[in-house]
Amino acid sequence: MTWSEMQPLLRDACLDTLFMVWWSTVYAIIGGLPLGILLVLTDRGALLQNVVVNKVLGAIVNLGRSLPFIILLVWLIPFSRFVVGTSIGPSAAVVALAIGAIPFFARLVETAVREVDHGLVEAAQSMGGGTWTVVLKVLLPQALPSVVAGLTTTVIALIGYSAMAGAVGGGGLGNLAIAYGFQRHETGLMNITIVLLIVIVTVVQLLGDLVVRRLAARGSRQAAPVGLRRLRRTAVPAQRKPEAAARSAVAPASAEDVPDGS
Amino acid sequence: MITTKGLTKVYRSRGREVTALDGVDLHVREGEVYGVVGQSGAGKSTLIRCVNLLERPSSGTVTVAGQDLTALAGRGPRANAELRKARSRIGMVFQHFNLLSSRTVQSNIELPLEILGVSGQERSRKALELLDLVGLADKAKAYPAQLSGGQKQRVGIARALAGDPKVLLSDESTSALDPETTRSILQLLRDLNRQLGLTILLITHEMEVVKTICDSAALMKGGRVVEHGTVSELLATPGSELAAELFPVGGEPSGPDRTVVDVTFHGEAATQPVISQLSRTYNIDISILGAAMDTVCGKQVGRMRIELPGRFEENVVPIGFLREQGLQVDVAPVNDPAPADKSLKEGAK
Ligand SMILES: Nc1ncnc2c1ncn2[C@@H]1O[C@H](COP(=O)(O)OP(=O)(O)O)[C@@H](O)[C@H]1O
Ligand SMILES: [Mg+2]
Repeated sequence: MTWSEMQPLLRDACLDTLFMVWWSTVYAIIGGLPLGILLVLTDRGALLQNVVVNKVLGAIVNLGRSLPFIILLVWLIPFSRFVVGTSIGPSAAVVALAIGAIPFFARLVETAVREVDHGLVEAAQSMGGGTWTVVLKVLLPQALPSVVAGLTTTVIALIGYSAMAGAVGGGGLGNLAIAYGFQRHETGLMNITIVLLIVIVTVVQLLGDLVVRRLAARGSRQAAPVGLRRLRRTAVPAQRKPEAAARSAVAPASAEDVPDGS
Repeated sequence: MITTKGLTKVYRSRGREVTALDGVDLHVREGEVYGVVGQSGAGKSTLIRCVNLLERPSSGTVTVAGQDLTALAGRGPRANAELRKARSRIGMVFQHFNLLSSRTVQSNIELPLEILGVSGQERSRKALELLDLVGLADKAKAYPAQLSGGQKQRVGIARALAGDPKVLLSDESTSALDPETTRSILQLLRDLNRQLGLTILLITHEMEVVKTICDSAALMKGGRVVEHGTVSELLATPGSELAAELFPVGGEPSGPDRTVVDVTFHGEAATQPVISQLSRTYNIDISILGAAMDTVCGKQVGRMRIELPGRFEENVVPIGFLREQGLQVDVAPVNDPAPADKSLKEGAK
């Protein structure tokens, strides 16, 4: 197979993969973010304590998380047909990808939101803040770096899943690799596909890390650009630990624990 | 300004019951600084959290500025609009500052104003004014992580003042700070109390805090208030545990058959040469085991631990003399098999 023959195939497959990943990510956020927050809020002793709702949501999330994705894909074929009118192609795959990704992302959001210091919630309550205030002004902004890190993980998982969806006729790079690389022994095409997947995953990870680091910089001693100039002039300890930013990128909530230099 | 009646809080967790508050009656007058002290686990935090109903009391009432908050609260665990409105008029400062790391200093102070629905321009005007008040005008655009502990607490205080509260609650607000910073924060609280007429209820386990800024104090033990009053009343109360804690004098008796007496001097009496008079009048040798002068709440107070020869029975008359001079006299329980709390009246044994 020549390069000019491969080119349109690769381009279409790439676009299909991006289409699947993009839309399933959108649905993962729309579904997973509120679900993750609700899992925290309805927990025992939390703002909207509701044991029944908490248990039901938890069970649904666990169900979605414990099913191997390939089973979910096959199991959801009738449902996909019902929702988008077809059981093959990228649109059908988005249905399964979204349903797989929502509980995955929800758990990551839950973990991120749980990391937020309860004292901050109390502070907002002591000012007269209600549940919405707590969620929108405290929990989400404080958990944002972790949520973004979780989103990166989710997108990368979705890239992998979308390749799997290719195996059952979902289209995209996975489909290309199987249909040409595996079944027609087009090793060259298969290798290019693999390289493309690696490139996409790497770019997503780097982008995600960049955003997380930017967000976490506010909470760490490594100051945001404006403050950096001031710190250079005054505080020495800030320069001492370049790894502090990297650490807080992993666990931003712990940034509060960094001892004061005072 | 703040009144609690029969405040009780029982925590139930996994079948176990913990009575954190056991019928607490507290009365904080308008414009005073009231300190609640007690050991860890005494129920101090529970008490202060019940005052703005962050914690629902199991029974009893809380009245702040004439408003019965317990009646406002309603049934469920969620705070209704009325209670939230009342809370917005009560400032609260925390031990670990509880500032949002995702917001700048200015934006942190604007948070309560956002909750109150104040417009953007007005918010930033007010926030900058408050930053000026707490002496951090140049830190508006910094993030909390870039501040020292003392600076963070100043931001916490500015934030607590944003809603123009008449009452400020402070839960161990200086306990995470070094002594130097503690003093400056206490000074700030004192200034705010004087300048704004702010009523302050503060919780602490450090006597130094009470000594520095409190007008009144209460001692908590096992969920109960066991002693309370203005600091001068407490210092004048024989056998007061708080007074002894506020103003400890050390010194062990030199041998058996000695009477150890703690003498507290206030105001006038502090300037009279009573000890030498005592020695001359009764012709006895007095050893001074320990002594201290200190300023408690802006008043000069002295305490001295002296030793008289002979058992208590032999010293009834000299001790009576000291009391006649307007001094407060506590017979120290040192070297005594009887239970500790022994004031002059019940001391004859
Ligand atoms: N949320 C809670 N659940 C169960 N027990 C609690 C809770 N909060 C406090 N307690 C208990 O109530 C008692 C008083 O605690 P606290 O008010 O925090 O004391 P202090 O602030 O004086 O150290 C302690 O025995 C503590 O274990
Ligand atoms: Mg406490």
